[in-house]
Amino acid sequence: MTLVDEARPETGAAEDAVDLAALYEQSSIGAIMDGLDRDLIGLKPVKTRIREVAALLLVERARRSLGLQAEPPSLHMSFTGNPGTGKTTVAQRIAEILHGLDYIRRNHVVSVTRDDLVGQYIGHTAPKTKEILKKAMGGVLFIDEAYYLYRPENERDYGQEAIEILLQVMEEHRDDLVVVLAGYKDRMDTFFKSNPGMASRIAHHIDFPDYTRDELLDIAELMVGQMHYRLDDEAKATLKDYIGLRMAQPRFSNARSIRNALDRARLRQANRLFAARDGPTSRAALATINAEDIRASRVFTQ
Amino acid sequence: MRITQGQFSFLPDLTDAEIKKQIDYALEQGWAVAVEHTGDPHPRNTYWSMWGIPMFDLKDPAGVMMEVNACRKANLDSYVRVLAFDSNKGFETIRMSFLVNRPKEEPGFELIRSEGPGRCVNYTIRSYAMARPAEAQRSS
Repeated sequence: MTLVDEARPETGAAEDAVDLAALYEQSSIGAIMDGLDRDLIGLKPVKTRIREVAALLLVERARRSLGLQAEPPSLHMSFTGNPGTGKTTVAQRIAEILHGLDYIRRNHVVSVTRDDLVGQYIGHTAPKTKEILKKAMGGVLFIDEAYYLYRPENERDYGQEAIEILLQVMEEHRDDLVVVLAGYKDRMDTFFKSNPGMASRIAHHIDFPDYTRDELLDIAELMVGQMHYRLDDEAKATLKDYIGLRMAQPRFSNARSIRNALDRARLRQANRLFAARDGPTSRAALATINAEDIRASRVFTQ
Repeated sequence: MRITQGQFSFLPDLTDAEIKKQIDYALEQGWAVAVEHTGDPHPRNTYWSMWGIPMFDLKDPAGVMMEVNACRKANLDSYVRVLAFDSNKGFETIRMSFLVNRPKEEPGFELIRSEGPGRCVNYTIRSYAMARPAEAQRSS
């Protein structure tokens, strides 16, 4: 580890001290955390846990530089939460974070679901799972909707085989691979209950809370900005009302609902511009979503 | 007799860390890595038994090392080699090949003379390993 070797002369003659602040400066943790705060709104418990993990890895590096060897910490994680709370988004960034902290060697995520791991006939599952594991080595294996791996209603289901191989590799290749399981809270709980081995091998169970109304508004503005649109003031107020109403409705899925609402607002904006296509359309008009585009939503009429 | 085939074979056997580095290089070039094994070290024995299919789309040597170790474990007393295949147009061939396992005892080769027409004598070699029935069976 080059960073550690460079850090050594600084810690100087005193072989029993290490400058954590200097190590922090050398690593990119600060920049990564700032990026996380900027791009992800809310998610307090998630960010806290990531910060804790970062601190752990930094201290681990300091310990190693003083010759205090220990088993590498296990960083397998499970993300649980309601739909649209950012589980997949965070998983995509986890690789970047762990790579920046020098925990994994490659900045890559292999994202799979049950279909990629479980085969269709006897003897098909093991090679399939192993191949995926080999591809993910050195980075992060993200298993979305992991509870589908285990189907208790069918005792001959091959999902169990995939779980066993996964467990074995998670244990043996702890420093080569980080496994992240994600899914809805209640179903993941049942999954872990029926697979205690899996639950105990995952050190970090992170729960993604639902967003508040203000957070959702911030998210909406971030999304709008990323798509090079902007909301005028009236549209912002309307969107706030919209979010309040939408949250009370069934099948509300947090940020995903907001994205869908914005996509529909874009559709209406395009139609409004198209209907009034007599004169030239200004750049500002093309970029602005106004209150009328949001107000037309079904949510307000119901 | 120590077999010298493929890269690095005149050097001491590669350690696991060195093998990993070589595989890392191959993966960086975008080559597909494969593992093969045989009991017959004859230089003309080009096609060894494949240990699974070649590994495509890997990013990290840890995945290949899994297979290397599995193959070694199953073929303790055989030759195991790692190949890297370059699929780029113009190459489309093996770019790297090196041994990662060899038997504890390497018996070497026997020189065989066979009488031809007239007083002509043909020479060929035959690996002693193939004379042992178990070995012969394994490499078939």
